[in-house]
Amino acid sequence: MKPVFTGVFGAFMFAALASTAIAETKLTIATVNNGDMIRMQGLTDDFTKANPDISLEWVTLEENVLREKVTTDIAAKGGQFDVLTIGTYEVPIWGKKGWLVPLTEVDDPADILPAIAGGLTVDGKLMAAPFYGESSMVMYRKDLMEKAGLTMPDAPTWEFIGQAARAMTDKSAETYGVCLRGKAGWGENMAFLTATSNSFGARWFDENWKPQFDQPEWKATLDYYLSLMADAGPPGASSNGFNENLALFNSGKCGMWIDATVAASFVTGKESTVADKVGFALAPDNGLGKRGNWLWAWSLAIPAGTQKNDAAQKFVSWATSKQYTALVAEKEGWANVPPGTRTSLYENAEYAKVPFAKMTLDSINSADPTKPTVKPVPYVGVQFVAIPEFAGIATTVGQIFSAALAGEKTADEALAEAQTAATREMTKAGYIK
Amino acid sequence: MARNVSFRRKLVVTALAWAIGLLIFFPILWTIITSFKSEGDAIALPPKFLFFDWTLENYGVVQERSDYLRFAMNSVMLALGSTFFALVIAIPSAWAMAFAPGKRTKDLLMWMLSTKMMPPVGALIPVYLIFRDFGLLDTRGGIIAVLMLLNLPIIIWMLYTYFKEIPGEILEASRMDGASLGKELLYVLTPMAIPGIASTLLLNIILAWNEAFWTLALTTKDAAPLTQFIASYSSPEGLFWAKLSAASTMAIAPILVLGWFAQKQLVRGLTFGAVK
Repeated sequence: MKPVFTGVFGAFMFAALASTAIAETKLTIATVNNGDMIRMQGLTDDFTKANPDISLEWVTLEENVLREKVTTDIAAKGGQFDVLTIGTYEVPIWGKKGWLVPLTEVDDPADILPAIAGGLTVDGKLMAAPFYGESSMVMYRKDLMEKAGLTMPDAPTWEFIGQAARAMTDKSAETYGVCLRGKAGWGENMAFLTATSNSFGARWFDENWKPQFDQPEWKATLDYYLSLMADAGPPGASSNGFNENLALFNSGKCGMWIDATVAASFVTGKESTVADKVGFALAPDNGLGKRGNWLWAWSLAIPAGTQKNDAAQKFVSWATSKQYTALVAEKEGWANVPPGTRTSLYENAEYAKVPFAKMTLDSINSADPTKPTVKPVPYVGVQFVAIPEFAGIATTVGQIFSAALAGEKTADEALAEAQTAATREMTKAGYIK
Repeated sequence: MARNVSFRRKLVVTALAWAIGLLIFFPILWTIITSFKSEGDAIALPPKFLFFDWTLENYGVVQERSDYLRFAMNSVMLALGSTFFALVIAIPSAWAMAFAPGKRTKDLLMWMLSTKMMPPVGALIPVYLIFRDFGLLDTRGGIIAVLMLLNLPIIIWMLYTYFKEIPGEILEASRMDGASLGKELLYVLTPMAIPGIASTLLLNIILAWNEAFWTLALTTKDAAPLTQFIASYSSPEGLFWAKLSAASTMAIAPILVLGWFAQKQLVRGLTFGAVK
C-alpha cells in the first residue's frame, strides 16, 4: 500500500508543480465590447504559445460599465486587473496621477501615429499603447446627393453640408438630410459638438480655465447645429446617439451622417440597405484651420496596482505590435486589422486597398489633441478636455444642449446655462480663483 | 340586469388587466423576439415584429464567446446564499419586533427602511475599500454578504407584516407548554408563517438575481453573475442589439420560469395585509 500511496502522492505533486510551472502568471485583462477586442480574444493562442508561463483571463464589459469599474479599481488600488483597456480621455489624467505604469517594451514606438501617441504620452513617457484608433467623418448617400444636383467634395465646409442637407431633405418621404448625435452625454452629443466647435473657432476654456460658452464662436456653433437639425434632421433627434443614427442611416432615412470612422464598415456591410450607395468625406471645416473631427483610441495600459508588471508589459507589447497586425491580416484579412494606430500599416500596399483606409488616416492626421483649437487652450483633447471634472461638466452641458435641440430652450438660454454650470464647477474644483 | 352590469364590468376589468399585463411584459417579449433576429433586422426601421428570418445564430455566438454556465451558477449561488442568510437573521428580528415590541421598534423599522433610500453609489468607495482590505473583492462570500444586507430591510418588513397577523396567544400557549424560544420559533411560528416566508424568499431571490450595481462593481470573473454576462454584450458603438437580446433572454430565463411557477405565492406575499 505504501509504495502505491507514495507513487500517487508523487504523481500528484509532479502534476501540481508542472501546472504551476506552466501557468505561473494569470493576467486579468479588462476590455470593451468591440469587434477588434473580441477578435483579439480569439487570437491569443499566438501569445500564450510564445509565453507558456502566462495565461490570460478576459473581463469584457460595456464601455460605461467598464469605465466606472476600472476607475473605482484603480483609484482604490483594488488590484483586480493587470491590463486595462482605456480611452484617450483617461490616459493623460491617470498618467499624471501616477495610476499607470510607463510602458517599456512597446514594439517600435516611433511607428505609432504622432496624433495618437501625443494623447497617450505624459511627461515624455508612453503610458498606454494604442490598440485601435478612430476619428469621425462624413458618410453620405451618393444617390441622394446626385438627386439634389450636388457633388460632395473630399473636404467639405459646414456651409456645403448645410446646403446639401436641406436639399436632400424630403420629410414627406421620411428622408432627412443629416443625422447627428443629440443624446446627452460627454461621449455622446458633446463629443460631436465639441469637435464641431473646434472648427468654428470655439474652445471650452481660455488659458485661465474660464469657460467660453459666452463667446460668439460657441453661439455660432450651437445656432448652426440647432438650425440644421430643425431644417434637415430627423424627428426626436435629441435621443439619438451612434446606434440610433446607424439604424436610421442603414434604413435609408439619412442623407448624411457625421460620426465615428468605425461606422464605415457597418453602413457598407451586409446589414445595410444602402451599402452600395455610400460615399465618404472628411469632417467639415469653416476655413479656420481646424476640422470638426474627433480623435479617439482604445489603448492598453497597466495599472500601478498590478503585481504582474513584467507579464503585463509583454502582453501589451504583443497586442499592439506589428506582429499582431500581421497575424490578424493572415487569419482574418486586412480589412479586419485594428485601424488607426501605426504609420507602417498605412504604408502597407495591401492595407491601402481596404476601403476607407485612407479616409481614416487623413481624419486622424487632421486632429491634434495637443493643439485642438484655433485659439490657445490649457488642455489636451479634441472632443474632450483631459481633466477629471470634464465628464461631469460636459454631461451637464450635454443635457442642456439636448434640451435645446428638443425645443425646450433657445440657443441663448442654453449657452447662458452652460456658462453658469461650467463656471460653478470649475470654481468649485479650484481652476478659477 | 345586475348580472349584465357585473359581466360587462368583469369584461372591462379583465381587458384592462390584460392590457396592463401585456404593456408591462412587452419589453421582455420584444427582447425575446429580437434575440431571434439578425443584427440588421434588429435595427430595421420600421421595426419588424414577427415577419423576419428567424435565426438562432445569436445564441450560438453568445455560447461560443461566454461561459454562460459559470455566470448562471454564480447567480444561483449569490441569490440562494444571500436569501438563506437574510432569512436566518430576519426571522428572529421580525419575531422580536412583532411579538416583543419595544418603545423604539417602529423607529427602528423606519430607520432600517431609510437605508434603502440612499443611492448605493454613495457607499461604493467605503464598501470597496473594506472589500479590498479583507480580500473580499470578486468572492462569492463577499457579494452574498452585501446582497443579504441590501435586502434585509425589505425582508424584515415583509416578515414583520406576516408575523403581526399571527395571534400572539398561540405562541404564548406554546411557551406555557414549556417550549423554549428556539423551539417556539422553529416549531410554532415558522410553520404557521410558511406561506409568508416562502413569498419573502421568492421575492428576495428575484431581487438578488437582478441586482446589478454591486455585483458589477465588486466582481470581476470568479464571482461574476449574469448581470456581468449581459454587460459584456452592450456597446455604445456597434451592431449588438440581437446578441445583447440573446444574452438577456438567457439571463432572465431561469428567474422568469421560477417567477411563473411561484406567481401565486408572490402575489399573496406582496398583497398580504394590503386589504384588511
